[in-house]
Amino acid sequence: MSMIEFRDVQKYYGKFHALHDINLEIDKGETVVLIGPSGSGKSTLARSVNGLETIQEGQLIVNGHDIADKNTNINRIRTDVGMVFQHFNLYANKNVLENVMLAPRIVLKMDEAENKKSAMALLDQVGLADKAENMPSQISGGQAQRVAIARALAMKPRCMLFDEPTSALDPEMIDDVLRVIKYVTNQSDMTSLIVTHEMGFAQEVANRVIFMADGRILEDDKTDTFFEHPTNERARQFLSKIIKH
Amino acid sequence: MISAFTNNWQNFLTGFGWTLLSSIVALFFSLIIGSLFAILEVVPNKALRVIGNIYVEIFRNIPLLVITMFFYLVIPLYFVKINGFTAGTIGLTIYTSAFIAETVRSGINSVDVGQMEASRAQGMKYTQAMRYIVLPQAFKLVIPPLGNQFVNLVKNSSVLAFVAGFDLMYQGNAIASQTFDTVNTYLVVGVFYLIITLPISYYMQHLERKLA
Repeated sequence: MSMIEFRDVQKYYGKFHALHDINLEIDKGETVVLIGPSGSGKSTLARSVNGLETIQEGQLIVNGHDIADKNTNINRIRTDVGMVFQHFNLYANKNVLENVMLAPRIVLKMDEAENKKSAMALLDQVGLADKAENMPSQISGGQAQRVAIARALAMKPRCMLFDEPTSALDPEMIDDVLRVIKYVTNQSDMTSLIVTHEMGFAQEVANRVIFMADGRILEDDKTDTFFEHPTNERARQFLSKIIKH
Repeated sequence: MISAFTNNWQNFLTGFGWTLLSSIVALFFSLIIGSLFAILEVVPNKALRVIGNIYVEIFRNIPLLVITMFFYLVIPLYFVKINGFTAGTIGLTIYTSAFIAETVRSGINSVDVGQMEASRAQGMKYTQAMRYIVLPQAFKLVIPPLGNQFVNLVKNSSVLAFVAGFDLMYQGNAIASQTFDTVNTYLVVGVFYLIITLPISYYMQHLERKLA
């Protein structure tokens, strides 16, 4: 059964056609990596899944609800879809623990004691329990991104969107973040959509790879097939230019 | 200067009291009204944004004296009788609220859009994102310019003198025209304004340092 389904989706920024005839189905539990040159629409596609970008045409079904439908309660759907941003976007006026606890408290109305217990457990999972009282400005980028992942997981989402989660990080911080993402995607019932330039990581975690350019999906293959025999010419060029690591 | 004060201390203190009262009332309400219009100026709803814009642009671009005179002369003609103190304080509140709205709006716009996106992505409503995440950061950013607005407000309260508001400036004018000791009278008036404005300046600097 599919968790995310794009049906003939079109997205425009003014006259610019950002997403072209997108048809895509992502099943529950799948880990899909989205790659392509910058400006190809990868982030736009990921951000439309939780309605941060609105689509102009087509249907976008997330967890059984069409998010383009005006009657859909977008806030309800967003509680099921966690998002991790390139620039972390931790709440700058809240400490690490509050970053994790805020949304469960005010959106899910979670019991305070249970909320705190779950938040501390999550921070422990990402290796940052000792930073609970720190402000976001006092921790490193890699730590901030791991807090951001814990914050997203605190809502107990069915699906996670990672929008270039390591692109703003110093190289030595990337591994810690990738390890956490891998742990998340390995949970059997978690659906993940990851926009990334880390090809080695993509090969390791993805069930499927989608290649985009100019707002279109040009290739959609099983991971091994994609990396060994990409059929699309643009995808071949792209792969040959990227240093594998 | 000392004798200018001791000979008329009751009048000066009365004026000081009215100036202080008018400033406090105007500060309280202009902060609330200004913040509300600042929020109106940034909400997704276009009609509300237009309303916010019209309010701010009108009252920011009319002289304070004209707004005050309007309340003093025009309102009693068609609606209710109000005294000079009330008219002056209302004028001061509305005028200052337009500037506070602009100040707070610039603060809201300075908060990184990622803060709003992250909040909404977690299922928070727009109002929750504003209340818990965006506004607290915006107000922190605008503490220094808000302090300036507060100091301006106190100084602008001298507009009450034009509508018989019994404030410091009004008392100063009265004393000067009775005693002909203009220099010393206005020196005393100046000192009284400093008594209100300097602590505001220092407190704002202190807040800025503390929150930085």
